[in-house]
Amino acid sequence: MRNPLADKVVELKPSGIRKFFDIVSEMKDAISLGVGEPDFDTPWHIRDEGIYSLEKGRTFYTSNSGLKELKIEICNYLKRRQGIQYDYNKEVLITVGGSEAIDIGLRAMINPGDEVLIPQPSYVSYEPCAILAGAKPVIINLKAENEFRLTAQELEDAITEKTKVLILPFPNNPTGAIMERKDLEAIAEVILKHDIFVISDEIYSELTYKDEHVSIASLPGMQERTILINGFSKAYAMTGWRLGYACGPHAIIEQMTKIHQFAIMCAPTTSQYAAVEALKNGDNDVAEMRTAYNQRRRFLMNAFRKMGLECFEPYGAFYVFPCIKEFGMTSDEFATRFLEEERVAAVPGTAFGDSGEGYLRISYAYSLDDLKVAIGRLEHFVTRLREEQGQNK
Amino acid sequence: MRDELLAVIEKNSRIDLKELAVILGVEEIDVVNEMAAMEAEGIICGYHTLINWEKTSIDKVSALIEVRVTPQRGEGFDNIADRIYKYPEVRSVYLMSGGYDLMVILEGKTLREVSSFVSDKLSTLDSVLSTATHFILKKYKDHGTVFGQKKEDEREMITP
Repeated sequence: MRNPLADKVVELKPSGIRKFFDIVSEMKDAISLGVGEPDFDTPWHIRDEGIYSLEKGRTFYTSNSGLKELKIEICNYLKRRQGIQYDYNKEVLITVGGSEAIDIGLRAMINPGDEVLIPQPSYVSYEPCAILAGAKPVIINLKAENEFRLTAQELEDAITEKTKVLILPFPNNPTGAIMERKDLEAIAEVILKHDIFVISDEIYSELTYKDEHVSIASLPGMQERTILINGFSKAYAMTGWRLGYACGPHAIIEQMTKIHQFAIMCAPTTSQYAAVEALKNGDNDVAEMRTAYNQRRRFLMNAFRKMGLECFEPYGAFYVFPCIKEFGMTSDEFATRFLEEERVAAVPGTAFGDSGEGYLRISYAYSLDDLKVAIGRLEHFVTRLREEQGQNK
Repeated sequence: MRDELLAVIEKNSRIDLKELAVILGVEEIDVVNEMAAMEAEGIICGYHTLINWEKTSIDKVSALIEVRVTPQRGEGFDNIADRIYKYPEVRSVYLMSGGYDLMVILEGKTLREVSSFVSDKLSTLDSVLSTATHFILKKYKDHGTVFGQKKEDEREMITP
């Protein structure tokens, strides 16, 4: 029989931490700091709206680009929060999570051999999506000394004449890094100079703990070259509803809609009705969750300081990214021993790119009580490792 | 800081002060001072424990009583409310808009205790026009806490 598989897919590296997760799920008493989704339930009034739409029999497809009412609410929201104006009819596409928007955004923009710049550490799907779209992914390794922000110099150094798209993943998973207005202004200059495009993944935009999130699309000259991606998963604790969106210039959104229409038809109808309610009446829920995350973030930062674990202060998402280089182990070794010896799962930084080596991603999408137990175990582990190191000297 | 502090201790009044300071991002001494100030101002009125009595061997009967009263000149409802809430078995008294004036929540050991309170003490007060007593059969949720429900973490491990 002939090989039924496509080389391009077979050659894709599987996510490196699958085996790690398998151990976690086998281990009954393990506690996890590894999950990348909110621990809150979707606020009841949003769920209720979804249920109501089902009761009303709203179980049909929506239009390919999404429910008109939802697209209008998204435009209102972006105007209100970011000061960016989009035409709901031509510049918005409702997708199955932010993930779909990343995939089809790249597919709509990439010609074979085009280079896509991917700052890392970052979410695991950018690189495979770029490869599947036929691009050559070019990794920019972000540095701890810059608090894992993308600098204009790093961007400048990575650009060639083949560069077409920059993926901008801030607030960042896994580092929790943010890009503030001044950081964005610096890179926008480079982007304009080289005439490249931006896919800005702003799924964590509501979860910042310093100033409010600034979208690169709100800077002069940037809206016309930016695909802004956002969604409902993180802000409204709606991961399972699978709903995101892309906003951008009509020419790109139109082509993305074409792919979306052939591959997906439309995003889930129930989720779209629920999302309308989220945008209309969900601001308080977001604020409450943000406050809770911020309390946990402060708790973790304080705990790290006390145990002398190096960690820059992250101001976004719900992750902290402590440095474990002092223990002379790889991230993978550290995470594996931490799991085996203390029964706590945290994701090794290398799952998010080579530049995550020496770091650990700890999620604080867990209750303070859970975090306390886990941090107690981390402290125990760190103390023991330091003793071991002392003996070996 | 006040609003956030209140939101935290409303849910958990037993939280360690050091920890409270950490999660609010302030100094412990500021938390101590702020709480003392709010106690003095009568904003913080107590630190109670939420108990699901149904799970204990102690029997309790709760009733919600709607009371219609004649307000008094110069005093409004305050005087009569005062006479009612002085009884220790009265848990809460609220002045209501709508079909009746005062809502009285009562807790007694037995049905008889509650009914004798209503017939002997409450109804006989001069200003009380009428009462309607509703016994509470089951508490599902109290003070924002759902009783008897402990949620498991059902999130699964996926690509991070």
